[in-house]
Amino acid sequence: MDMTNVATEMTDAAPHLPSHGHSQAAGEPKFVTRGVTVHYGEKQALFGIDLDINTNEVTALIGPSGCGKSTYLRCLNRMNDTIPICRVGGSIELDGENILAKEVDVVHLRARVGMVFQKPNPFPKSIYENVCYGPRIHGIASGKDDLDEIVERSLERAGLWKEVKDRLMEPGTGLSGGQQQRLCIARAIAVDPEVILMDEPCSALDPIATAKIEELIDELRENYTIVIVTHSMQQAARVSQRTAFFHLGDLIEHGDTDQIFTKPKNEKTQDYITGRFG
Amino acid sequence: MQTFTLACVLLVLTYFGFRMGRGRALGLVGGKATRLHSLPGYYGYYVALWCGIPAFLMVAAWLTLEPTVLTMLTTSSLPADVQSLSKNELGLVLNDIRNLASGSAARANVSPDIVAAAERYATMRHLGFAAMAVVALAVAVAGLTFARTRVTPDMRARNRVEQTVRVILIASSTIAILTTVGIVLSLLFESLRFFEKIPATDFLFGLEWSPQTALRKDQVGSSGLFGAIPLFAGTLLISFIAMCVAAPVGLLSAIYMSEYAHSRVRAVAKPMLEVLAGIPTVVYGFFAALTVAPFFRDTGDLFGLSISSESALAAGVVMGVMIIPFVSSLSDDVINAVPQAMREGSYGLGATQSETIRRVILPAALPGIVGGLLLAVSRAIGETMIVVMAAGLAANLTANPFEAVTTVTVQIVTLLVGDQEFDSAKTLAAFALGLVLFCVTLALNVVALTVVNKYREQYE
Repeated sequence: MDMTNVATEMTDAAPHLPSHGHSQAAGEPKFVTRGVTVHYGEKQALFGIDLDINTNEVTALIGPSGCGKSTYLRCLNRMNDTIPICRVGGSIELDGENILAKEVDVVHLRARVGMVFQKPNPFPKSIYENVCYGPRIHGIASGKDDLDEIVERSLERAGLWKEVKDRLMEPGTGLSGGQQQRLCIARAIAVDPEVILMDEPCSALDPIATAKIEELIDELRENYTIVIVTHSMQQAARVSQRTAFFHLGDLIEHGDTDQIFTKPKNEKTQDYITGRFG
Repeated sequence: MQTFTLACVLLVLTYFGFRMGRGRALGLVGGKATRLHSLPGYYGYYVALWCGIPAFLMVAAWLTLEPTVLTMLTTSSLPADVQSLSKNELGLVLNDIRNLASGSAARANVSPDIVAAAERYATMRHLGFAAMAVVALAVAVAGLTFARTRVTPDMRARNRVEQTVRVILIASSTIAILTTVGIVLSLLFESLRFFEKIPATDFLFGLEWSPQTALRKDQVGSSGLFGAIPLFAGTLLISFIAMCVAAPVGLLSAIYMSEYAHSRVRAVAKPMLEVLAGIPTVVYGFFAALTVAPFFRDTGDLFGLSISSESALAAGVVMGVMIIPFVSSLSDDVINAVPQAMREGSYGLGATQSETIRRVILPAALPGIVGGLLLAVSRAIGETMIVVMAAGLAANLTANPFEAVTTVTVQIVTLLVGDQEFDSAKTLAAFALGLVLFCVTLALNVVALTVVNKYREQYE
């Protein structure tokens, strides 16, 4: 548990502390999901999930491995479409529009709902090209100056600008793991999404890089709705306002983070957060 | 036949040695295999190796030395006037003797000296073989007895056997490498002989290829010009046409197979594409000569173009078809080697499939694809059968794909087919062409493999 202690100290020392002492005023629901089911071939992975995700809040999805939290996350921008055997049922509404409908253009959906992955995956291109990849394919920038500005603003928001501003043309794969992950966040921010999905964004990082990402998540909350899958209960407690606990493809309990971590209603949640299983 | 029998006897003896070694090892410890240093089988192999290897080496040594020894002995027993004949004539006499000895030539019209020599030759051969067989069997038995006495429970039979296995493996790979070196050296020396007759600069930079050397002074059309530029140009032209077909079709089909195709389509289509690689080149050759070339010629007529019926176009296109599976499976491998995380990253940003392929996957896979294409080029340059059948023999120096051109490989074939003397400039030219071909393909392969390997390290 040494690593998490270090991480805790780092965040405690940081000025932007997640305020888990009081409950945040819940924003309007961004996502309303009802009865979401997922099948991989014959195997059912999610059994009817009802969950709301509020605007400008961090929602943490926790649970033991294989409980379906990543699967649920990947439903929110239809990344599961890339897996041929995967079928999604139920309804997922983003601002009142069902994104599972056939006529929804996933290109637009994914521009609104960005994603950051478990392992940093910068493209084998320069830092600059990595960030302007999204704006280019969506035709957001109107010219070179515009693009430069987007790159600078995105890197600035991802807290990476100071470190890389003199080497924008160097390959993104040459950065450290934590910097690569922040580059991936900058890449997601560059298309100006409304929601950012993060699938265990810190699991491949060291405690210091983790602390930086957590600090960043807390800053990003002002402008974006964030859903984060995490294996670290401390991380969920530190960065999120709301927490949902998944187990074996079911949503067991969800609510305000401090309620889940201090007075869980369900016994399984209690057992999981106290480390008795999982 | 006798040698075969001997080999069988030795093999039986070797097997017997295995049983004996194993039995003795077990016998020494009263059947408790755990008290042996190695598994009982290793003691068996140990004895078998001692029994078999020296004996087989003896046989092999005799079989290689036999002709030399026998020839020396026979020559020395021939009358002095025969011995003083020139080397070539002596060779003919010896050949007669050998044929007589093996009973494949008539005895009539042969001088008694030669008949006597042939009889001596036959006796010596029988005696020699019998002596060798006895010695080999003795060596086998001796090895077997020696190894059997060495078997003790503490002996490290496993280590000895493993060491021997290693030596055998090293010997095999040495043979493979030495053969390659031998071929290259023979190419090199024969080419040097060629360059003694024709200056290397004339060969490499000459613009006229007409390899018929005149037998008589007044012979027509036998200028003996060895300027290889038209051949190189023809080879390049046909390879270029082939790559124009194979590169786009192979690459695009690889993209379809690895990115778009449903797994069920892929399971059927990919093997079918690879069947193309299994078609013998001879079949491609007559397909090119009998179907594709006339088709191009007739199509050309329709448009008022004159296309030769042995056009570079037909040979190149068919060769390209032959290389498609090669390009496609190599590209498929490198495209699949691009991590899935790259695709997800791109899809997660809202890129479509073709944007992802164009902007992320192809740039990432490009070095590997280039490497694969270079390997394909070296295949095209070295390809023989298709061009022998479909491309012409006329060494035209032209860049027009509708005309007949000839290639390095075609010329090597025509230089060596038929009755030839093996020291004329004409036949030696084949070695020089082979050397050039070898150097070019080797260079291409080295560059291609370096590029491919460099790419492989990128994601590790």
